[in-house]
Amino acid sequence: MYAFKFHKPSSIEDAARLFSGADDARYLSGGHTLLPSMKLRLAGPSDIVDLSGIDSLKGIKVEGDKVVIGAGTRHNDVALSAEVRAAIPALADLAGGIGDFQVRNRGTIGGSIANADPSADYPAAIVGLGATVHTNKREIAGDDFFTGMFETALEDGEIVTAVSFPRPKRAAYMKFPNPASRYAVVGVMVAETASGMRVAVTGAAPSVFRIAEMEQALASNFSAEAIEGITVPADDLNSDMHAAADYRAHLVGVMAKRAIAKAAG
Amino acid sequence: MPTVSMTVNGRKMSGECEERTLLVNFLRENLGLTGTHVGCDTSQCGACCVHINGDSVKSCTMLALQAEGAEITTIEGVADGDNLHAIQEAFRDNHGLQCGFCTPGMIMSALDLLKHNANPSEAEIRHHLEGNLCRCTGYHNIVKSIQAAAAAMGGTP
Repeated sequence: MYAFKFHKPSSIEDAARLFSGADDARYLSGGHTLLPSMKLRLAGPSDIVDLSGIDSLKGIKVEGDKVVIGAGTRHNDVALSAEVRAAIPALADLAGGIGDFQVRNRGTIGGSIANADPSADYPAAIVGLGATVHTNKREIAGDDFFTGMFETALEDGEIVTAVSFPRPKRAAYMKFPNPASRYAVVGVMVAETASGMRVAVTGAAPSVFRIAEMEQALASNFSAEAIEGITVPADDLNSDMHAAADYRAHLVGVMAKRAIAKAAG
Repeated sequence: MPTVSMTVNGRKMSGECEERTLLVNFLRENLGLTGTHVGCDTSQCGACCVHINGDSVKSCTMLALQAEGAEITTIEGVADGDNLHAIQEAFRDNHGLQCGFCTPGMIMSALDLLKHNANPSEAEIRHHLEGNLCRCTGYHNIVKSIQAAAAAMGGTP
């Protein structure tokens, strides 16, 4: 790891000020992507601005039909929250399947979505549940947040402060985990929301995407049979030693059906 | 160099380290607590598992400076003097280790499991151990050890 300066501000304003005043700063949240990247010298920031001392970024609130999760809230805080479990069980399930128990005790929702790893689980929840991302500058619709592989709508130095999830009528997330690291080789969130059906896929492509054809089919018949025969083209999907693109395309259908069956109860 | 202070196994400790020093290296090299192991150094294997403010984490993927002011428990803090903790006894009784390299992490991880779930099923134990790799035992006796510890502890980790 290259040397860096370390800062631990206690307010969002101080964090943003430290970030903009440094040559090449990075925000640190749970650190489970950034620190490994720094160990490999793939990242060498001049300054680390640790967000974990900012209390206003932490916590879970249920407000009416919304669950609002602070950006610094850890995966296990979401997974083990009775409030989240009662309001949006699919979200608690998703958080409880990220990495392993120790990783879930460090990794945060804000850190995960700001990093926008193509195999992260949370993007499927942000898009699949129609969430809204709150930052220190604005609100960003979940559908507009992820813009590519490791790319988001966030501007340089912008801090995710919270994510609000509208409570769906029903939803479920199913993934095919990498056997060693548990990341989503393919993960699918299926939800019936107040604004319609949503089917969001993570892991398969450079960035999370929706499948309109499946959403239309589910609108008239919410069952796994309804999406029989609906496929996604393998052309633009990820391909690596763990899963070729055509296999990922196949897994999209399998995981979507499993999620529909689970959501349908 | 900055100074970092933390409470480790009930004792206040502090030391100087570089900003880039990982918590596991601070524990091992500055404090001499070498029971916490470095296995993969990539947050996969769990040999470096310690408790921070009561939660099990991988100390290879955390900066020492991030632990400023924290309460830390390492494997050295689990036994009560010469009396092994029930979970340590259970690993011994059930042959829950062979080379022993993963054992400190296994025990710290299992302790956190039993705190959340005093009577876990075999499936729950295996799910919980996803973040702890053992290359000797095939896990079977580790699972047995944790089941025995849960029974011996009777719901009080």
